[in-house]
Amino acid sequence: MKIIVLMKEVPDTYGERTLNLETGLAERGATEAVLDEIGERALEAALSSAEKIDGSEVIVLSMGPATAAATLRRALAMGAAKLVHISDEKLSGADLGLTADVLAAAIRRIGFDLVITGNLSTDGSGGVLPAMLAEILGVPHASTLNSVEISAGRLEGTREANGGVMTVATELPALISITDRFPAARFPNFKGIMAAKKKPVEMLTAAELGVDSDALDNPRSIMISVSEKPPRSAGTKIVDEGDGGKKLAEFLVQNRLA
Amino acid sequence: MTTFPDDSILVLVEATPSGEPAKSAAGLLGAASGIGTPVALIVAHPGRGPEAAAACGALGAEHVLVAETEAATAWLAVPAADALASAADLVRPDAILISNSADGRDVAGRFAARTRSAVAVDAVGVARDEEGIVAHHSVYGGAYNVHSAPTFGAPVITVREGAVDARAEAVEPAVEMLDVTPSGAAAASIELFEEQSVESSRPELRGAAKVVAGGRGLSSEEQFALVDQLADVLGAAVGASRAAVDAGYVPNSHQVGQTGVSVSPQLYVALGISGAIQHRAGMQTAKTIVAINKDPDAPIFDIADFGVVGDLFQVVPQLIESLSARKE
Ligand SMILES: Cc1cc2nc3c(=O)[nH]c(=O)nc-3n(C[C@H](O)[C@H](O)[C@H](O)COP(=O)(O)OP(=O)(O)OC[C@H]3O[C@@H](n4cnc5c(N)ncnc54)[C@H](O)[C@@H]3O)c2cc1C
Repeated sequence: MKIIVLMKEVPDTYGERTLNLETGLAERGATEAVLDEIGERALEAALSSAEKIDGSEVIVLSMGPATAAATLRRALAMGAAKLVHISDEKLSGADLGLTADVLAAAIRRIGFDLVITGNLSTDGSGGVLPAMLAEILGVPHASTLNSVEISAGRLEGTREANGGVMTVATELPALISITDRFPAARFPNFKGIMAAKKKPVEMLTAAELGVDSDALDNPRSIMISVSEKPPRSAGTKIVDEGDGGKKLAEFLVQNRLA
Repeated sequence: MTTFPDDSILVLVEATPSGEPAKSAAGLLGAASGIGTPVALIVAHPGRGPEAAAACGALGAEHVLVAETEAATAWLAVPAADALASAADLVRPDAILISNSADGRDVAGRFAARTRSAVAVDAVGVARDEEGIVAHHSVYGGAYNVHSAPTFGAPVITVREGAVDARAEAVEPAVEMLDVTPSGAAAASIELFEEQSVESSRPELRGAAKVVAGGRGLSSEEQFALVDQLADVLGAAVGASRAAVDAGYVPNSHQVGQTGVSVSPQLYVALGISGAIQHRAGMQTAKTIVAINKDPDAPIFDIADFGVVGDLFQVVPQLIESLSARKE
């Protein structure tokens, strides 16, 4: 079974994330970059399923700047067999439509039984990309899964939606997106880190995938303005001296909040 | 055949398991009425259409298209995307509004990829300027305001649940049954659906006016009951940090933050929550923030309007007592 996991580098959210007010793009380099945690969980789901199914292969696919290569290597150290990295300056600031076209072209080229993605990325928080990819690839998709059982040829999972919990199933090939209810990823060990150095990394551009990133015949979503909101400032801080609860009650009552 | 107004805004109304318009419908139709003529599409069980259509009218839909089918409860996303494609063909709207729920995003993604429409996600508002429809977003946990628009064509916009306060006036809608052309796209099947019983009379977290949230500082599932008690005294919804959810104190539908629910209440009370940036991302647009934490350096205090440094197991019971005493 061939499993493709979509991963990407994102600004570390433990630091402040900044947007460039002129370009509206994330300031890469303003904070440390890390692998998106949800992508790591997706890789963990792929690796643990692959361990149970003979002849499985896990390939990581990423679209992002060339500088992300070092961060992405971590995925190889965790156990992925190969990295396909679409790196193309022309794709900087790509909207969801263009991103979906490029990723779908790469997925087709690699070939797959299953594609696993995170439900929402830390920086974009789009959450529509999995469905877009499934539609372009012509395969079923099961989104925002909280758990999944994968066997050769079929998968079954659970998800929360519409005020309830549902069990969904599909034959492969298919695409799924997972939530952070999935287990956290394993840490790469020394052996993994050494092995990663020899694993193949394929670099691709949009043109090599047959996608014209300059084409104007499809509508694109563009940012027309970006502004920064004034940060919140701290108000009153008291230390509880036995009457903290009473003082807080007074504050709430005075402000008509209780 | 009906002709639809030139400024039609097509709204996909999600239906609850019992067939009524989902809570998100009121905000979506309210947003649509601010930028054009609201046209609702509802995918209903056979026989349930007329009732659902009337409910959409009550929320301000001037036209309602009803697609009656059983497929929507049997297959994920594709039946609704097919209905939306047929509706968009008929209506030729200026924009399509969909709830930014898990299911809404799936339909939006499939529809946008199929029709090659521009997509804008997680909008907190919509507007119209000379060139067309603009989506307003609040990104990086509310630190930035971003406006987006399509280069051309009608955009598909998913709207954050609970973000739009505007409501459209009730109207007597023109109702039409919609003929859906099935796309034949492969879909995952829904094998089983269990409705979660509404656990309490407490307000729902999404869109709540007041939220009391608990974190790892509550220490156990039993002690998390203190959060519930304060919530009940204040008439608030219950929220939680991811650490509290991971520890099993509360179901994950209560998680506030980057990977949970985003809330913008009048009052947010954080109990035993450190205020990690991923948590703040989901609550820092609250009007008033109150925090109780025993660590004077906890980052939650940087954004709190009123902070109490202390043991929440001392402070909260006293707070509940004082508030209850006033009520009597
Ligand atoms: C990609 C990603 C996404 C994430 N998404 C989310 C998200 O959506 N939501 C979210 O919340 N987190 C999220 N997190 C996790 C986040 O980074 C924090 O780990 C989490 O918010 C911490 O929860 P906490 O504040 O309850 O726990 P802690 O950080 O452990 O804080 C507990 C606090 O309780 C205080 N405390 C303890 N005992 C008492 C007492 N008796 N009285 C008063 N105070 C006490 C402590 O001083 C401490 O400040 C995410 C992380 C990542 C990497």
